[in-house]
Amino acid sequence: MANEVCLRTLHLDRPWLLSSYESEGGYEALRKILKEKISQEEIIETVKTSGLRGRGGAGFPTGLKWSFINRSAPGEKYIVCNSDEGEPGTFKDRDILRYNPHALIEGMIIAGYAIGGTAGYNYIRGEFWEPYERFEAALEEAREAGLLGENILGSGFSFDIHTHLGGGAYVCGEETALLESIEGKKGQPRFKPPFPAMFGLYGRPTIINNTESLASIPDIIRQGGEWFRDLGVENSGGSKLFSISGNINNPGVFEIPMGTPFSELLGMAGGMKDGYKLKAVIPGGSSAPVLPAEVMMDLNMDYDSIAKAGSMLGSGAVIVIDDRQCMVKLLDRISYFYYEESCGQCTPCREGTGWMHRVVHRIENGEGRPEDMDLLDDVTQRIMGRTICALGDAAAMPVAAFIQHFREEFQYHIDHKKCMVGGR
Amino acid sequence: MSLRCEPWARTDKREDKENLFSPEIRAEIDQWVAKYPDEWKQSAVMAALRIVQDDNGGYLTQELMDKVADYLDMPPIAVYEVATFYSMFELSEVGRHKICVCTNVSCMICGSENIVEHLEKRLGIKMGQTTEDGRFTLKEVECLGACGGAPMFQIGKQYYENLTPELVDSILDSLEQDNGE
Repeated sequence: MANEVCLRTLHLDRPWLLSSYESEGGYEALRKILKEKISQEEIIETVKTSGLRGRGGAGFPTGLKWSFINRSAPGEKYIVCNSDEGEPGTFKDRDILRYNPHALIEGMIIAGYAIGGTAGYNYIRGEFWEPYERFEAALEEAREAGLLGENILGSGFSFDIHTHLGGGAYVCGEETALLESIEGKKGQPRFKPPFPAMFGLYGRPTIINNTESLASIPDIIRQGGEWFRDLGVENSGGSKLFSISGNINNPGVFEIPMGTPFSELLGMAGGMKDGYKLKAVIPGGSSAPVLPAEVMMDLNMDYDSIAKAGSMLGSGAVIVIDDRQCMVKLLDRISYFYYEESCGQCTPCREGTGWMHRVVHRIENGEGRPEDMDLLDDVTQRIMGRTICALGDAAAMPVAAFIQHFREEFQYHIDHKKCMVGGR
Repeated sequence: MSLRCEPWARTDKREDKENLFSPEIRAEIDQWVAKYPDEWKQSAVMAALRIVQDDNGGYLTQELMDKVADYLDMPPIAVYEVATFYSMFELSEVGRHKICVCTNVSCMICGSENIVEHLEKRLGIKMGQTTEDGRFTLKEVECLGACGGAPMFQIGKQYYENLTPELVDSILDSLEQDNGE
């Protein structure tokens, strides 16, 4: 069982075309909704039943998010799709945009219908030029077929979608930073509340969902909320796209049921490369706490299993690390990333990410001091929960987890001024 | 507390916008402006900066940013904020081919250091520098969302994945040939 939802067209020649999508049941859900005038409540209930949770990383129930909007409020209401895929290790939304853009378009139209929306914006990261062109071509196909724009399929319902291209800023994956960015500003997150459902894009009620979440919607409507829910496990409905990368033979995107054992996913990805041993796994993108091999090999890929082990399923970005890798060096790179990408708005994150990186960097370079481990503990504690958005936590969590699970490697670097792995 | 969400205000709006850019550039920017509500022309600022940057050999100047500000009725400072915030905008001259090399965690453990080393050696420059002949710039970038093809880099709009030193050579050779025209 694989590729049943978002990657359903993948086996076809030119899977991104409207004809390919329609041959796999594409736009049936939208046609049914418009023909049978299915109510907004019923659609939202179906999405709630499906157990779909936000696939961008936060895992917030999608149906519940939709229900927060005041559908009868007059004026503009927006659907915004977050295709600003930037969490290191994540490359699944790129494949949806490239190989099945119509699933996203249909999902956005249905979401628009369900909340009484008037327009949709898809925020695609600026580096994704090929996916952007695919998505634009698909929009054009949909408009020509009467599936998008004014008076869709003669139903009286109008909804159009526009693409917005990002400019290279990780923080814009945070939903309110993304809104600021569409508004033509620096991407600095907004204080919440108010949440976007009340005060979103251009100050209007707005729903923001991840690409994969929205691309899952058509099949949930077509095949039923229960069908989707039962693909997965308790509390983690459906299937999910996992981007698996690192020291493996066959990296790539695998759409598999929630709850699939990690060991099976590793098998699909061809196992460990060149016969090296599994050392650790970052299970949900670089901000998810790293887990040692022995813990990971017993885990299933669903929200609760990974959370119980002390990490997060996040965006489903699985980074596989073999025993040649130095954990201090990895953390040096990861902590640099958050330092580089902090938007600078909140002091704990702006200053703290710099502190964390400088301290990890000096440990990596044999200049660590005896007090550095305590210093890192202290800095992470002073960032967590003290910033407007989750970037602060995202920066602090890997530092805490790398030290928790691989403390001896850090201590060795400090004590011996060299690396435990490979004798660097 | 009352909530406000308003576009930047510009009192001295420029009337002769046709004098700011060529008709082609204006048409391209206008396509983006049309996507947003009428009063939110500034939503097109990132697109406008990208368009004029591409037209200017890959980098922005203050003059260009000021023109974008005039064109979209924004205060210049608001345009500078955007141009300096997003990493894809270049504020000083770059080579004809900007090689954006990912060195983030998945690429790193798959050997991006070898790719960087090879590029630096072949081009005779370090990360962040441009070759003397103005052909190539090396830029370290954060995760480009193609970790399945690590190590990877982007040149222009194109991604190149599963890089090896040999593949890097053939990519650069073909780009050098393009320059000969």
